[in-house]
Amino acid sequence: MKHDDLKPFHHALKILEDNCIGCVHCMRVCPTDAIRIFSGKAHVDQNRCVDCGECLNACPVDAIVVEQDDFNKIFSFDIRALLVPAILIGQFPEDIVESQILAALHELGFTHIFEVETIVPFLNDVFIDYQNRSNKKPLISSFCPAIVRLIQVRFPSLVGNIAQLKAPLDVAALYVRNLLEKKRGKKGKERSVGVFYVTPCAAKIAAVKSPVSDEEGRINGVINMDFIYNKMLRIISDKKIKPEQSPESVLRSGREILWSVTNGECYYEKGRSLAIDEIHNVINFLERVENGEMDEVDFLELRACDQSCAGGALAPQNRFLTVERLKNRVEKNSNRKNFNTRAFLTKNDISFLLENISVRPISPRSILKLDDDIEKAMVKMESVREMMKLLPNIDCGACGASSCSGLAEDIVKQEGSLDQCIFIQEILVRKNEQFIEHFEKIWGKAKLNRILSVKTNREEL
Amino acid sequence: MLYVGVSLQFRFHVTGGDFSSAGTASSEIKKVLKKLNVDGVVIKRAVVSLYEAEVNVVAHAFEGDIFVNISSEKISILLKDKGPGIVDISKAMEEGFSTASPQVREMGFGAGMGLPNIKRNSDFMDIQSVVGEGTTLQIEIYINNKNGEQE
Repeated sequence: MKHDDLKPFHHALKILEDNCIGCVHCMRVCPTDAIRIFSGKAHVDQNRCVDCGECLNACPVDAIVVEQDDFNKIFSFDIRALLVPAILIGQFPEDIVESQILAALHELGFTHIFEVETIVPFLNDVFIDYQNRSNKKPLISSFCPAIVRLIQVRFPSLVGNIAQLKAPLDVAALYVRNLLEKKRGKKGKERSVGVFYVTPCAAKIAAVKSPVSDEEGRINGVINMDFIYNKMLRIISDKKIKPEQSPESVLRSGREILWSVTNGECYYEKGRSLAIDEIHNVINFLERVENGEMDEVDFLELRACDQSCAGGALAPQNRFLTVERLKNRVEKNSNRKNFNTRAFLTKNDISFLLENISVRPISPRSILKLDDDIEKAMVKMESVREMMKLLPNIDCGACGASSCSGLAEDIVKQEGSLDQCIFIQEILVRKNEQFIEHFEKIWGKAKLNRILSVKTNREEL
Repeated sequence: MLYVGVSLQFRFHVTGGDFSSAGTASSEIKKVLKKLNVDGVVIKRAVVSLYEAEVNVVAHAFEGDIFVNISSEKISILLKDKGPGIVDISKAMEEGFSTASPQVREMGFGAGMGLPNIKRNSDFMDIQSVVGEGTTLQIEIYINNKNGEQE
């Protein structure tokens, strides 16, 4: 077993027990079937969860939250750098200019601000070179951490197709830390360097706290986008900062700021590429990749959220408006003197980044197996098939599992029991005639007869 | 504990011309193999073989049945179809040779890679065909052949 198989995933999504009403909304949308309800509360299987945030979006009572570092932690560092994804800029209407956004971030206490997408032109050069040397088809982007984890747990045979390159955030963090550590000052009086990141989603937090395949994170803390957005909006709308008094903008405004929205990566791909967003769409597509149907495609840009990062659970503004605003900013600035985006990297920077840009191969962490031993798994599989003849196939969720097949698998893994099924209880065990009458009215005679025809002397009952 | 002779059986019916359902058997078998903790490379070889074979039935035959037997040693696939049969099997095994109709090719099938692809991905393959009656294709993939090398 490889080293990182032993380490549990870090998770950024938390369930607030006091708020959870034990409904089935989160359980239904979970793409890795990680949620079960018991004792009236939702529980997450930590080995299955990929921090995609689907549950958070589906929760009707805001019982699922994203963990957050204490903001004041930034003040324990002398140099406080903030990595800003362009999605944060896209939260603001275009009449709020880039320099106001920057000034608001300085006002909040950051000494250096660096837009993550600044690194994109460099990364594209690296990626083209990597792709030329790779024999994997299709090559899958390592950008979205929820997708990388999804592939590890649900598509273990495809882990080798994921590009073994750091995501822009990690490369940007490397660059910024390296740059600022040179500016720490004289020996003995060194200033401490803290690097922070504003995140639009839970998966990025999870990735920073336990990188998929890297031991050391270079980011000291993560700030949730909805939190900082509110603070920035207050500063900007209090007119504390007028556009004319704002410092010079160093935010990028070229095409690269669209990198984290859908088609952002594919835009630069020379070969045949496809961009797919929203995790269930991605799952359907990966099934076909696994069948070998997509071997003619060179590159896949896969993102867990609809509209990619603009649809992140922590991005406060409407995802479609965010994409439109970013496109408008690119348009607005298109006649401005072009940033030479590669020019800011020195030769030393480039060789330093190239030395550190690779990641180790990503290990599979299959959650689907019923048993490690194939023969035992086959016996369990047979039991699941038997059980499916008995269960009503309604997927109501009343048993606390996401579906009848989910319950059947829980039972063979000894994580559940058949008496959780209310239909089996009422029809076969209690033989409740009133219930049977209702059942037939709603679900039909065929389904009822199928359940009734099962021998009821099973030991599970 | 010893489970002597444990195996799982599956059966699928395939209708000729029903391209939208091509892949049903391979998807189902893939799901099962993942649950059995079969190595990813082996799964891919089995799924690719089965998918190609399934498409062949859809593209060329009137109808067919697929029988899959999974034991701890191998995945055995038997496809029996009613259809025109194959006139020259050795010709059909050549890469790029196809008798698929233009309509089938337009849908992205019939590139003449099906049978060679099955041959490449399986550990055993046998075709018997009677012209005017149909074709029987037998495929085996060994569970422990993880590097995919032909034995």
